[in-house]
Amino acid sequence: MPAITSANAIKTTYNIYDDPPQDDITLEDFELWAIDRMRILAEIEASFARNRSYKDMSETISALSRKYLPLNSTTAKSIDVDAERKKDHISHFVLRLAFCRSEELRYRYVKSEMTWFRIKWDGNDTTERSQFVESLNLGWIPVEEEERISLLPELLAASQITLQPGTTINQYIENYYKVHWTKVPDLVERRRVFLKNGFAYVPAREQASIVFQAFHTNLEKQLMLTAKALPRLDEDNRILPILEHLSQGFVAGIASEYHVANPADSVTADMIDEISNKHFPLCMKNLHETLRKKHHLKHYGRLQYGLFLKVIGLSIEEAMIFWRKGFSGITDDKFNKEYKYNIRHSYGLEGKRTNYSAFSCQYIFTNHQPGVDDTHGCPYRHFSPENLESALVTHYGNQGVTPSVLPEIIQQVRSGHYHVACTRVFEISHGLKSGEGVGDGVSVTHPNEYAARSRELERQKLAPVDRDYPPGSAMEIDS
Amino acid sequence: MQIQNEPISEDVMGWLNHEHVPSKMFTHREFAFTLPGDIYLRYNSFMTMEDFRKQVLKLLPSRFEIGAVYSAMPKDKKTLRPGVLQPILRELVFDIDMTDYDSIRTCCSGKGICKRCWGFIAVAVVVLDSALRNQFGFRNLLWVYSGRRGIHLWISDPEALALTDDQRKSLMGWLEVVKGGKEQMKKVNVRFGKGGVSPLHPALNAAFQHLKSSFYELVLQDQDSFSEEDNWKVLLEYLTDADMKRNLREDWAADLNRTSEEKWDDLRKAMTAAKHKEKKGHATKSEAQKDPNEINVPVTDRYTAAMEDIILEFMYPRLDSEVTKHRNHLLKAPFCVHPNTGRVCVPVEPEHVFDFDPEKVPTVQQLIKELDQLGSETHHSGELGEDVPKIICQYHGPPGYESDE
Repeated sequence: MPAITSANAIKTTYNIYDDPPQDDITLEDFELWAIDRMRILAEIEASFARNRSYKDMSETISALSRKYLPLNSTTAKSIDVDAERKKDHISHFVLRLAFCRSEELRYRYVKSEMTWFRIKWDGNDTTERSQFVESLNLGWIPVEEEERISLLPELLAASQITLQPGTTINQYIENYYKVHWTKVPDLVERRRVFLKNGFAYVPAREQASIVFQAFHTNLEKQLMLTAKALPRLDEDNRILPILEHLSQGFVAGIASEYHVANPADSVTADMIDEISNKHFPLCMKNLHETLRKKHHLKHYGRLQYGLFLKVIGLSIEEAMIFWRKGFSGITDDKFNKEYKYNIRHSYGLEGKRTNYSAFSCQYIFTNHQPGVDDTHGCPYRHFSPENLESALVTHYGNQGVTPSVLPEIIQQVRSGHYHVACTRVFEISHGLKSGEGVGDGVSVTHPNEYAARSRELERQKLAPVDRDYPPGSAMEIDS
Repeated sequence: MQIQNEPISEDVMGWLNHEHVPSKMFTHREFAFTLPGDIYLRYNSFMTMEDFRKQVLKLLPSRFEIGAVYSAMPKDKKTLRPGVLQPILRELVFDIDMTDYDSIRTCCSGKGICKRCWGFIAVAVVVLDSALRNQFGFRNLLWVYSGRRGIHLWISDPEALALTDDQRKSLMGWLEVVKGGKEQMKKVNVRFGKGGVSPLHPALNAAFQHLKSSFYELVLQDQDSFSEEDNWKVLLEYLTDADMKRNLREDWAADLNRTSEEKWDDLRKAMTAAKHKEKKGHATKSEAQKDPNEINVPVTDRYTAAMEDIILEFMYPRLDSEVTKHRNHLLKAPFCVHPNTGRVCVPVEPEHVFDFDPEKVPTVQQLIKELDQLGSETHHSGELGEDVPKIICQYHGPPGYESDE
């Protein structure tokens, strides 16, 4: 894979993404980079859905992007800024392919990309910004001082600035740019600039508005073009499945995968009733309750719950005990014949010996839609609102999820933000403020994340000082 | 009639096509014909001016309209894939129609127009013409009398032709001031800032300077617009002082014969009184208690703003924004004969728009008579005057104009 040469290196941390990348890239990077970008964009969407303030969102997102897609300014020493920018550039174009397919996806993509751009814009230094603006070639002409002063009364009136008593007009001088009025249609439409001979006199502080407009227009146009070109993509079935998978990322956010936690976390079969009650997300509580009531779970229920328990820390021996006891209505013989193999298989001890990971929220949303008698799936997505309400009150009623908070949760469910609803339940049942999520304001994207964080919070409460393992070690993220 | 064979094409051709040889500006241009009996033919296009002429003579339309330059030839519309035929270029057009002024003009109503209410059109022309030239930098503006009660403007600068619908919409947002339907009493809302009394935007201030000189003569004296209750009630809407509003309303309701001039005078006196009161320090406090948002706004500023807004509401150009916003809108061609009045849609020079009298515009009957007289004497080149090029004679329409005067 050739490195980006200096000729096509991206000059600033900002990018309007008008030139598609020309480099070779491995299929793995193609997907991984896109997933990293997706994490950020999905969190932006979630932030909107949860009505976070711009400030909160921008803090969360900046932290996330430092982690997954850092973009340092050109002055940064000892950091390969070109590689960072290349990743930014390529991941943007991969997601364009994934999100150009429908009006709705395009809208959501443009909105979250715009927001991220804005957060980056507000956070970076002015040199990077002005370099970027120059590179856009918007045809801006700085207004000469002489002209600026002679037009000052008009310029001020156009910006709706009234002189305050005790100030002189010279205190209001700021930099202005001349730009053709068609480049700033929104400012013209709202009559917020001074217009002369076809040129709008735009105060420097409105610069951002023009850049955002340019970014927005460009991206919308490019997405339409991409959508038209996509059917002609000369594709050998390597890329389309990846794109398909990515475009579902908005539904659930990008999941993190969980590995068996710290040995201190390991659980035994007889602990599960208690842990389930205290720490499980609704989907798992529902499966646990069904198992206890019916002494049986159907195939996908076993799979979803079994893998979840494995990652919680239930060893294969304990799992055998748990499931054997759980299926109390059947003979040992039947259990050994019909279920043992599958349980061992899911632990990677049979067949092709894959150590399966637990299902993420996104996987649960989009795969194995539950049939008539099935109890697996995501309750927020697969329950009717009435049933969801009563399930929530049954399972979390004593943890603070009272009927008074239900409308808020149901509202999120109705607008399709299932993971946001789940996160909200987590916050309420753990006495957290709205927006804290499962740590650092992140939304739930994996049932194991939910449970691990819940257990961690409990430990913090029990032993606030004496901790022999670092916080968060239980949720090491492997991406 | 022999004049039908006169070569008239160059004028229209040059104006639409910008050069002599037909380009896409002509061949991809939509023409629409209205035939007697309200038959409307859209999406006609022609390869040459000669084709166009022949078709006009064959159909004898009562009028024809000019549309946009499309991405393909409009006449092929039916054979093209849907969506292929898109407007590309289009003159920036404006339509001012006297009917939008019906609530404030008192001399005529509906389809009527006279020299007196033309005054509203005239100020509108002056305001728009200067805004489009000075602010937007357009140079090629053609004002055309619409034949009955309005005026059209065609702007053919290359950059005006290339504007997208969105850009036209922005431009309209910039120009539009009088907004809101019948139920909206106060139709001018252009102030921002604390207390809503920020100075007028420079563009509006420029318009205001044009309007205020005519306000006295046109609205107060000639039209006497505030003699009607609906209009003086609008006037009161702009006052923020409840006491003043009530006093004036009572006075004016009691004296039905009070003229607009007298009412405007009453208003000014009441305002001056309030200003004096403020200077002595009486008014400010009691006002401040009434509306906490306006604590720091001096009465003087508020009244100046109110009077400016009233003048804008009664005189600022009222535009038919849909015509301007969409490239695929059609507009009657210049030099057409209005099918009902028989008047020729002649160009109007903005410098002389106040002298223009719609009732003195030549009608087609008049022209035919003059031409017949001329024709019998000598060949008539140019003797009709600059304002009435020969094209009008080409299609003097179907027989039987009704003049609605």
